[in-house]
Amino acid sequence: MSNFSVGFRSSGVIQILDLRGELDAHTASELEAAIQKCQSDSQFHILINGSGLLYISSAGLGVFMAYIEEIRENGGDIKIAALQPKVFNVFDLLGFPMLFDIVDSEDDAIGKFVPSNA
Amino acid sequence: MAADTHTLTIPSSTRFLEDVREFVETHAEHANFSEIAVTQMKMAVDEACTNVIEHSYGGQSGHSIDIAVLVYPDKLVVVIKDKGIEFDRKAYKEPDLIQFAKTKKSGGFGVHLMKKLMDEVEYRRSSGINECRMTKLKS
Repeated sequence: MSNFSVGFRSSGVIQILDLRGELDAHTASELEAAIQKCQSDSQFHILINGSGLLYISSAGLGVFMAYIEEIRENGGDIKIAALQPKVFNVFDLLGFPMLFDIVDSEDDAIGKFVPSNA
Repeated sequence: MAADTHTLTIPSSTRFLEDVREFVETHAEHANFSEIAVTQMKMAVDEACTNVIEHSYGGQSGHSIDIAVLVYPDKLVVVIKDKGIEFDRKAYKEPDLIQFAKTKKSGGFGVHLMKKLMDEVEYRRSSGINECRMTKLKS
């Protein structure tokens, strides 16, 4: 049984993915499938809500890295919100804030999408 | 000084990473490490085992990985052993995040992360056995 899940919601043109559980080399393929689904539905404004994410390893981080360029080439972005401090610490250790918008709340992330949608 | 030793052997499948994390967490907590240090050790060992599964054993199940946690008064040492191919230290380069994104590469952060999370990370190989030895000092 997987201890990781991805929930889908939307807010206007923004596709919100609610991550829950532990994201490691075993469960990273589920996040990959979720991002691929967004792409195939032509939804390139992706907001990751990490409030339910309890753990992430480099395999999970690698999924964001693998898709970010393609998503941006299509005029979109992956923005990350509401990470728990211990999970944010891992993103920070690897320098992810340099490459991704990582914000405190889902509303902040939605706000950051607005200028590019206008 | 002699250490308290705890061991766990898992099959070479990512399904068991969760068990490895729980094993490390249990013994690191019992050794009175801080919550942050426990989280860091759990992650480092997860990364090391993931590398063994994906690189040493090339993603093949059916092999085994031996994990030992050695608890000393001033530090915790984790030793991970496998019988797969050798980790090529010379080929290892520190990852450049922006380059990685451009080339759509998704892996290669594991060793980088292990070094950031632990005080010492050493690799050695003898008699066909790879050994990764990681140390976390008690601050």
